[in-house]
Amino acid sequence: MTIVSNRPDATVTATRFPLVDDDAAHHRFRVHRDTMTSPGIFREEVERIFGHSWLYVGHESEVAAPGDYVRRPVGGRPVFMVRGAKSGNVHVFHNTCTHRGAVVCRHKSGNAKVFQCFYHAWTFDSDGQLTGVPDRDAYGTKLDFSQLGLRPVARMENYRGFVFASFDENATDLATYLAGAREYLDLVIDSGDGEMEIVKGTNEYCIGANWKLLAENSIDGYHAISTHDTYFKYLIALGTSLKGGVQGTARDLGNGHAVLEYAAPWGRPIAKWEPLFGEHARQEVAALRAGLVGKYGPERASRMADVNRNLLIYPNLVVNDIMAITVRTFMPSAPDQMDVTAWEMAPRDELPALRQRRLDSFLTFLGPAGFATPDDLEALESCQQGFRSGGVEWNDISRGMDRVPQANDEAQMRAFWRQWQRQMGDAAYQEVR
Amino acid sequence: MISTAHTAAEALPAGEPDGGNGEASLDLGSVTRAQIEDFLYQEARLLDDWDLDTWLTLWAEDATRYVVPCNDDPDGDPARDLVLIDDDQLRMRLRVERLNSRKAHREYPHSRTNHQVSNVVMGTAEGSGSDAELPVTAAFTVWRFRNGKTSCYVGRYHYRFIAVGGELRIRSKRSVLDMTELRPAGDLAIIL
Repeated sequence: MTIVSNRPDATVTATRFPLVDDDAAHHRFRVHRDTMTSPGIFREEVERIFGHSWLYVGHESEVAAPGDYVRRPVGGRPVFMVRGAKSGNVHVFHNTCTHRGAVVCRHKSGNAKVFQCFYHAWTFDSDGQLTGVPDRDAYGTKLDFSQLGLRPVARMENYRGFVFASFDENATDLATYLAGAREYLDLVIDSGDGEMEIVKGTNEYCIGANWKLLAENSIDGYHAISTHDTYFKYLIALGTSLKGGVQGTARDLGNGHAVLEYAAPWGRPIAKWEPLFGEHARQEVAALRAGLVGKYGPERASRMADVNRNLLIYPNLVVNDIMAITVRTFMPSAPDQMDVTAWEMAPRDELPALRQRRLDSFLTFLGPAGFATPDDLEALESCQQGFRSGGVEWNDISRGMDRVPQANDEAQMRAFWRQWQRQMGDAAYQEVR
Repeated sequence: MISTAHTAAEALPAGEPDGGNGEASLDLGSVTRAQIEDFLYQEARLLDDWDLDTWLTLWAEDATRYVVPCNDDPDGDPARDLVLIDDDQLRMRLRVERLNSRKAHREYPHSRTNHQVSNVVMGTAEGSGSDAELPVTAAFTVWRFRNGKTSCYVGRYHYRFIAVGGELRIRSKRSVLDMTELRPAGDLAIIL
């Protein structure tokens, strides 16, 4: 298949048009709503995007001890991440017995010396090696059992604790893929002295909307005031002053990754004290901040401590470091349906008072039973319902095209969509009807 | 703030008269399952009617806690682990204010819900005098209908009741979900 150019071309534009309409001359950026509703587009996305990108699997703190494992779908495929007892290495295996297919990791998480398929009792160690085959003599002498170990995903890399997988053997290395997003992951990781962990307890919810609506929403500063009025009222009731509002900027980080970086009224456990934290925590937060200044200098320390980050790592990982840190991933199961999985990240050995504030902040803002996230769900599902109404073909994502992007502009979403268009190639076009 | 449409006291089991002076007392050790069931049905009705201001009057006045742990961590401790809901008195009141407003978009308009309570098991009263608490567990099924969508929450309530002025009040309520994930229900914008 040839990839059709986005440039005007009489012979091509007569029959097809791009689903992402990037018209800089008129300060207009539009996305065709078929991208959100078409089963054909969805099928292409599963192959072209989720079959080739780097996808977040989990954090290595979830498998801290030899034999620790977590089972979860990645890119729609059941896999599990395990720390090998012999090697000490983190592996990501396809969750299927090499014999006849049954899943070998049947618990959501735990610690295991071996993974035994219950069907015919083939047994694998935590490094994936096939160690047990009942009645092995029946196979004769020539079958090479060393080839029948658990199959690792095509590529796996660990960026400072964040474990990613790709089902494309030829994927570029992870560090190159992350491009400008690395710097922002570093800010999060360094602020916890490099010792981050995933807090126990997982938010596993779903949204009846196209997955790309959540990619947009997770880095959307424009909706905050209108959609989350009740959350801001909640903050005010707790004594947070909203003076100053939200001030910041949006950045295209390359390869579809993007970030909102902004100052906001709320406190941050690392390391911006506010009265809500209580007087007793004031010194502790000041000490944390002084530690960051000592280690990274005043400028980088201030960026870590004062500035909030809504980071989208293309295609489906969000690391929002705001009043708490969420690590959120999402995967479509249909054009109008996605599964969302979110974890809370925090520095290991955090002081209990600050951990309590962090936990409170997470569940009240970021959780599916909080004062904000349910309203995001409603907004996304409402968009999806609106698409069904027809009549309007395009979504407009032009905000801020004529200025240096601010935190409530839409430049970061355009970065996502441009990469989506590149990766979808030939599939990001629609026949003229 | 508190609605006067109907108050909890009207519908709740009254304590034994105390010497005919109008004061009432309630011995948690002698509370019957029928009394608890009446209370739970009343609570369910208030939630289904979205009479959340009255629902708040079912609670004790201090040290209250309403907790819903994450689906994958039913024993989750809000002081250490991520949970779905961890409301003290203030946050519970603010949750009600939010749900009563027109800006809790997920619940405007409100879902129709049906809170069903069964399998009530009485614990043994602990402590004495004003510190006494009565633990009770019960199964719940909460149906939620909105915008053509049906959701269902299934799990177990863990209550601790106290006696205040001859009436039962909730000191704490922990709603533990049986679903392995929240996904089938979507989110949890309602009160279980």
